[in-house]
Amino acid sequence: MGMTITERILAAHAGLKTVAPGELVEVKVDLVLANDITAPLALKEFRKAGAKKVFDRDKVVLVPDHFAPNKDVPSAEQCRMLREFAQEQGISHYFEVGEMGIEHALLPEQGLVLPGDVVVGADSHTCTYGALGAFATGVGSTDAAAAMISGMAWFKVPKTIKFVYRGKLQPWVGGKDLILYTIKDIKVDGASYKAMEFSGEAIETLPMADRFSMCNMAIEGGGKNGIIVPDRITEEYVKGRAKRSYQFYMSDSAAHYCETREYDVSRIEPQVAFPFLPENCKGVSEVGNIPIDQAVIGSCTNGRIEDLRIAAHVLKGRKVAPYVRLIIIPATQEVYRQAMREGLFEVFLDAKAVISTPTCGPCLGGYMGVLAKGEKAIATTNRNFVGRMGHKESEVYLSNPAVAAASAVLGRIGSPKELGL
Amino acid sequence: MNFQGRVFRFGDDINTDLIIPAPYLNTSDPEELAKHCMEGIDQDFSTKVKRGDVIVAGKNFGCGSSREHAPVAIKATGVSCVIAKSFARIFYRNAFNTGLPIVEAPEAVDGVKDGDEVEVDISGGKVKNLTRGTVFTIKPVPPFMQELLESGGLINYMMKKARNRR
Repeated sequence: MGMTITERILAAHAGLKTVAPGELVEVKVDLVLANDITAPLALKEFRKAGAKKVFDRDKVVLVPDHFAPNKDVPSAEQCRMLREFAQEQGISHYFEVGEMGIEHALLPEQGLVLPGDVVVGADSHTCTYGALGAFATGVGSTDAAAAMISGMAWFKVPKTIKFVYRGKLQPWVGGKDLILYTIKDIKVDGASYKAMEFSGEAIETLPMADRFSMCNMAIEGGGKNGIIVPDRITEEYVKGRAKRSYQFYMSDSAAHYCETREYDVSRIEPQVAFPFLPENCKGVSEVGNIPIDQAVIGSCTNGRIEDLRIAAHVLKGRKVAPYVRLIIIPATQEVYRQAMREGLFEVFLDAKAVISTPTCGPCLGGYMGVLAKGEKAIATTNRNFVGRMGHKESEVYLSNPAVAAASAVLGRIGSPKELGL
Repeated sequence: MNFQGRVFRFGDDINTDLIIPAPYLNTSDPEELAKHCMEGIDQDFSTKVKRGDVIVAGKNFGCGSSREHAPVAIKATGVSCVIAKSFARIFYRNAFNTGLPIVEAPEAVDGVKDGDEVEVDISGGKVKNLTRGTVFTIKPVPPFMQELLESGGLINYMMKKARNRR
């Protein structure tokens, strides 16, 4: 019987030869992740269960990134809970502010997540790691606590939808646009409980940064996980980072998919998701006149060095429109340093953008750029729900970094083409 | 398990940012979270809701973030049960894990309006609309899951089991 990559990874971690969709399996986890929002609840449950030690101090990762550097006193208390727990347990992968980053950019960058892994994270965007050919999914704090104690998790093996992307990408189109277009097609619950496997010639040549953006937003289609079969590009990314062995799993040619959807990417232009759901997408040429107050470039979706290079390319020699705030947030300290080395900060500062330390901050309306009543923002983040970036009557439009940068210059949502690029 | 209360009716795709907006996630105190429950869609929800009341919603309830604060906040307001056409995957698991009863029942959702009085019989598999005199059949929650809910969630349930083994 043929299996998909998701089924193969789950079978291997359950100690089984084969698994089939619908089957309940208990699997070993390679990594358990929590952040400053979800870990406090998980640690409460950990204590309540009477647990004394985590199952493996090298396999529990704690990242204060949502409201860190501490946004207020209660956030400071939450971050302290992580710090004290990490010290008490001797957690190897706790990231203090000076070495941290947004978790889903940080963990792959640090080589902590590798192809073939099973990862559970108390954060819905844990599905990002599927880009490496790992099975990774978001769970709640209690499930994370149970995994921290036991090193195990149970799953219903998901059915898989295969997405095939054919053709050549248009200029200024990237992974973010492909995933927004896909969510527009299947809607926000179109992949509920299912694995989303991204494939096809456009994926085979797609850089890792774009692959991360795609898998990151699988949850926005309701997916349990997003995944891409690892290849030469994956190998290139992990080989210098991995400090342990890893395994490439493939999908069999006889694997069963509950559905296959095909797209001709040469017809996809940069996408903009209108409030208040990621499925409300339009091509950037169909947006109309939408003035903006703020643009945010960053997040676990689009805060990698490649994203910042694109933004810099668009911003070079240009200025942010009057009365518009452009906030750029490198996703990790490494990305920050690299951007500085490459001179991207000069470009951003000349353009009158601000550059923030890594944080999830504005993406979830925390801090570092929340919106006032009635304000509109374009953001490279992943959710545009009501009040997501601030006031309930503010609006968030989602796009790729090129469109966000161009919009900051134009003062309204628009494409780099309008700047002659 | 039996609940009776007034219905608060919501639509499709009620996400976790509506259930408990992220700015309030700097605490995990249930009472504090309850004060802001559903604030993203109904500013006064926490003051209107009474112990036992029932949230009824459309498809994909609880979509978005993995924050367990969402079912924790709902439960702490005194809401006895959430009935929806469908639930997002992470929320579904979080609800049971934190001891918030939830029921997937599309027909029952279509058969109730905001303000109706309903009785939910989780063991017997029935939703009765007391205001309109209609009854809907639901898939009963299996006994072990009822016990999990009655214990107040997964960790309490596991500990109870461990105690009983001794």
